[in-house]
Amino acid sequence: MDLFEYQGKQYFARFGIPTSLGGVASSVEEALRVAGEVGYPAVVKAQVKVGGRGKAGGVKIVSDADELREQADAILGMDIKGHVVELLWVEHASSIAEEYYASFTLDRAAKLHLCMVSSKGGVEIEQVAEEDPDSIARLHVDPVDGLRLEDAVDVVSRAGLDRGVASEAADFLLKLYRCYVEGDAELVEVNPLILTGDGHLHALDAKVTLDDSAAFRHPEWEALDAGRSTDHREAMARERNLNYVGLSGATGIIANGAGLAMSTVDLVSQVGGSAANFLDVGGGADADVMVAALEVINSDEQVRSILVNIFGGIVRCDEVARGILEAMRRVELRCPITIRLDGTNAVEARGILADHLSEKLMAEPTMLGAARRAVEVAGASA
Amino acid sequence: MSIFVDESTVVVVQGLTGGQGRFHGLRNRAYGTKVAAGVTPGKGGQDVEGIPVFDTVAEAVAATGANASFVSVPPRSAPGAILEAAEAGVSLVVCITEHIPAQDEALFYNKLRREHPSTRLIGPNCPGIISPGKCNIGITSGDIALPGGPVGIVSRSGTLTYQAIYELSQQGIGQTTCVGIGGDPVPGTGFIDCLEAFEADPETRAIMMIGEIGGSEEERAAELIASGMTKPVVAYIAGVTAPPGRKMGHAGAIVSGSKGTAKAKIEALEKAGAKVAMNPTEAGEMMVEVVRDLGDHRFSSSIASR
Repeated sequence: MDLFEYQGKQYFARFGIPTSLGGVASSVEEALRVAGEVGYPAVVKAQVKVGGRGKAGGVKIVSDADELREQADAILGMDIKGHVVELLWVEHASSIAEEYYASFTLDRAAKLHLCMVSSKGGVEIEQVAEEDPDSIARLHVDPVDGLRLEDAVDVVSRAGLDRGVASEAADFLLKLYRCYVEGDAELVEVNPLILTGDGHLHALDAKVTLDDSAAFRHPEWEALDAGRSTDHREAMARERNLNYVGLSGATGIIANGAGLAMSTVDLVSQVGGSAANFLDVGGGADADVMVAALEVINSDEQVRSILVNIFGGIVRCDEVARGILEAMRRVELRCPITIRLDGTNAVEARGILADHLSEKLMAEPTMLGAARRAVEVAGASA
Repeated sequence: MSIFVDESTVVVVQGLTGGQGRFHGLRNRAYGTKVAAGVTPGKGGQDVEGIPVFDTVAEAVAATGANASFVSVPPRSAPGAILEAAEAGVSLVVCITEHIPAQDEALFYNKLRREHPSTRLIGPNCPGIISPGKCNIGITSGDIALPGGPVGIVSRSGTLTYQAIYELSQQGIGQTTCVGIGGDPVPGTGFIDCLEAFEADPETRAIMMIGEIGGSEEERAAELIASGMTKPVVAYIAGVTAPPGRKMGHAGAIVSGSKGTAKAKIEALEKAGAKVAMNPTEAGEMMVEVVRDLGDHRFSSSIASR
């Protein structure tokens, strides 16, 4: 789960990581109140989970209430790369002497944590990595040992940060590492990490991605979930505990297993169509799950054809077949289903479906054949 | 021959008294796997359809000589269960548990690497491993697999592993071992471990490798294929059309920035000399050609007879 900047800063604060004094606002009035508390000059920042909001005009410095009113009004409701701004973060403007960069994430190749520190913050780290790779100091951290102070000091020194803040920077990294590990984050990134005019460090931005698998030991995450997705299909799927990712095509997809679902999305594209979604019903594809899956896909107005691709391992194809028939009784579908069932009990499943085949429910023996048929149907009804 | 598991593998199931553990443990035994013991703390002395249950893995190993563990416990208990198995001295741990926090995985992976280097972990979040006709640990449906080789399969995805086994069996092509390494960011066993083991296994004559978006394991596997492998590899990568920044089901399947794309993986594998299929069916067809080209009568005749 990606956090908004304001949520990331609040998360940082729990681990003692210094951030600017500020507050969140969903209206101009609230923004005025927060700015009154933190004091002018203030910065108004659009809260969207997408990069490049500064360039898009979503971050403004204001020197008084009139300016703030004008800018907050302009930014609220702004569309930044498809994300509509519903929330603002208002904080006291910082005096910036230097902009640095610091992050922790997992290096999957090394199977160790990776700390990156750079004296060149304020721009995308990918760009720095391309243009000036030597300005990024890297440190691998073995989770068994954790981040040691001497290693933190060393990486700060290698990154070429101002020598006057070396020990403060090492301390900052130790806190950020704790936030990353104990906070069960996949990524914590501070860009920029600023050196203020009076010689201190603090996080001017916060990018935090939490590991959904760790939610069971973080009941407090529940509150962060609000406004997680603006896609109504994804919100609907989440309510039904379905593993769903919305895409933009006309062929709705239901498959079991993440790999097979991904493979089905690819195949639809290879035969000339485009998938409306990725949906993995996992190992429990019974009638209730099929109903839930079909409800979500049926609610997607772009969908003109539905492809069900099941390979039975633990999932028994006969149960899936019964589930689909039951689902078709319970959900009034707008478009036809093409189904391919293979694996455990596939023969029984085909027998169950045989009497019900029609223009609304078509069976194909292979994955490729089913994809072709489903895409043809999507095209024909266009 | 086969890799990692065979007739000599004796299995203890951690979580045998739970719903999943019982279902799959008994299914594995019905396949012919030597399932000798179960472990559930506090339930020592009970049995599950004749399989004795112990309180600890150490007790189970002492009593039955188990040399492998099948971990089927919830995410919060899985890290402890995996380390307990390693401490009890089993040489193979297969963990099917889904949704283990990545921080836990990184920690126990490195603990195993440092403190128990002789224990191999397969998974977590994987379908398990099967050497057809010899041993099946995990959730793979054994009846779709065909014993006798000559193909070894390694895959990050469960259902795509089944799909691959099925496509090959349909064509009359048997498998030596099929390893599902799992879709998590820190798999205990990776493509490279499996490719090296298949290369060293005399009965495996060709390898099917099924990857997906995310990480750089496939690219590193391509380097090995180019430099250190004599056996032909057919590969398939899922997620060509996956949008960046979205996790496609598996915790590990995500394209971040320009990294982890299917395109980069496919290019690396093709450059390394692997045959890369665009879909699972095509991968099966390519493997038919590869097996024919082996020129071994035993294998080509079984294809021809279909």
